[in-house]
Amino acid sequence: MAATDLNVKYVAHLARLSLSAEEEQKFGAQLGNVLGYIEKLRQLDVSKVEPTAHATPLSNITRPDETRPSLQTEEALRNAPSKANGLFLVPKIVE
Amino acid sequence: MLNTLTISQLRQKLAKREISSRELTQACIDNVRKVDGQIHAFLSLEEQDALAQADAADKLLASDGANKPLLGIPVGMKDVIAVKNHPLGCGSKILNKFVSPYDATVTEKLKAAGAIIFGRLNMDEFAMGSSTENSAFVTTRNPWDTSRIPGGSSGGSAAAVTADECIASLGSDTGGSIRQPAALCGCVGLKPTYGRVSRYGLVAFASSLDQIGPFTKDIRDAATMLGVLSGHDPRDSTSVPEPVPDYVAALDGNVKGLKLGLPKEYFIGGVDPKVTAAVQAAVKQLQSMGAEVVEISLPHTEYAVATYYIVATAEASANLARFDGIRYGLRVEGTDPTDLYSKTRGAGFGAEVKRRIILGTYVLSSGYYDAYYLRAQKVRTLIRQDFLKAFEKVDAIVTPTTPTAAFKVGEKSDDPMQMYLSDIFTISCNLAGICGVSLPCGFTENPKLPIGLQILGKPFGESNLLKIAHAYEQATAWHKEKAPAPK
Repeated sequence: MAATDLNVKYVAHLARLSLSAEEEQKFGAQLGNVLGYIEKLRQLDVSKVEPTAHATPLSNITRPDETRPSLQTEEALRNAPSKANGLFLVPKIVE
Repeated sequence: MLNTLTISQLRQKLAKREISSRELTQACIDNVRKVDGQIHAFLSLEEQDALAQADAADKLLASDGANKPLLGIPVGMKDVIAVKNHPLGCGSKILNKFVSPYDATVTEKLKAAGAIIFGRLNMDEFAMGSSTENSAFVTTRNPWDTSRIPGGSSGGSAAAVTADECIASLGSDTGGSIRQPAALCGCVGLKPTYGRVSRYGLVAFASSLDQIGPFTKDIRDAATMLGVLSGHDPRDSTSVPEPVPDYVAALDGNVKGLKLGLPKEYFIGGVDPKVTAAVQAAVKQLQSMGAEVVEISLPHTEYAVATYYIVATAEASANLARFDGIRYGLRVEGTDPTDLYSKTRGAGFGAEVKRRIILGTYVLSSGYYDAYYLRAQKVRTLIRQDFLKAFEKVDAIVTPTTPTAAFKVGEKSDDPMQMYLSDIFTISCNLAGICGVSLPCGFTENPKLPIGLQILGKPFGESNLLKIAHAYEQATAWHKEKAPAPK
């Protein structure tokens, strides 16, 4: 759990986030500080504690599997950076 | 000066036809034109659209079908909440002129209540920040001193209400983003219990912590707004089917016999002595009105910031994966899809968002999940239990909202860790999923800056929370003080 484990370049690749060399270096130093601070959680014995994912009293909310009104194609495409024939245009994925 | 009045004052004048919504809306527009060049609370304001809504409200008022709680009242929207056919930018460049194709549930509720949807308010990018300095567009200024930050992330929402540019506004609170700017600007900010208000149409930052809430000029207005916003929504599976009480009716001024807890962990070194003194004076005031005060302990308080920056960044890294340049927003072309995603996100996100995506991706990544994310979720349990145990003994918990008054623009913007610590008193409330409000309780001297009192309540205990806050507010005059006109 040492802060030096953080390889910013690798993690940025996992997050599909291109960074400049300057950003890599700066974020590495800043996040090193943050991770150093986070180390304090190791002081606590949590071996017998259940994790909390959320604080609602609800669980397993479902709804009937019925069709409902939704956005029209035109509306869904309204903010598309590139579109044609009622579809989003994307770069070629398969050769 | 119609724009300086409260919702309850304006409703009376509107109902008696002493004023029109058009006059009121025009007064707000005029003030935006006058002061927003210094305050920078608004990212955009479509004046003709606002006036058209006001004319529609005036027609309803004339036709006597006017029993709507916000009929004709201009309400500003944080730039993270969807309003159909209005821009939605989240203070980010990556949304790139996005226009909402639908209304958030809270927007539908405001419209049904008769409100005038009034402009887009500045914020830290994707609600990540405590000063609005992370907005990709502009830094909002504190109306009390324009060399200082208004707090964040909902800094535009707090500054707009404080500077009388609109009558009320909506913000969102993930770790204090409503209560902290309300404290630093000197208005009322309410974070409802997680699940009280639907998040449908709120752009997600950390889904287990986010909650929408109002900024207002007094507690009665906050109660009115909460009544409009609350309720179960099938489109948000975390919204809770709990009945919505009449929050305004709960404001009876009576705090006799109510038990208030003072957590000793919140009265520590590092807090400005003037802030501590103002909060202690507020506690004395409540005591003199019949409330009982007991010292309590929330022993895991010191772990809240560390827990938050794991949980919130982990959830953010997942939520922000949707901004990939395919279906909406900015696209930077690349040699293949992965290159397109990386370049788009690299160009579209600002520094703080990038830092948090990296941290969140890291704490979720293979080999680190147990050490960071799972451990943080377990500490979250301990923090939540602290509060639930405390609420077995007390009706509400009273603390400072922030350790200091508003800081200077630029003072903390290069040191993320110092910025994160400015939220030390507000973060636990979100982790525990309880409700909290900040209201004015005094000022520092030279410079004169507002100090916020935070009251935290049980899950779905907003009625009691507002009742206590209202009783205190009515016994003091802090909320009536107005920020000086910007030079």
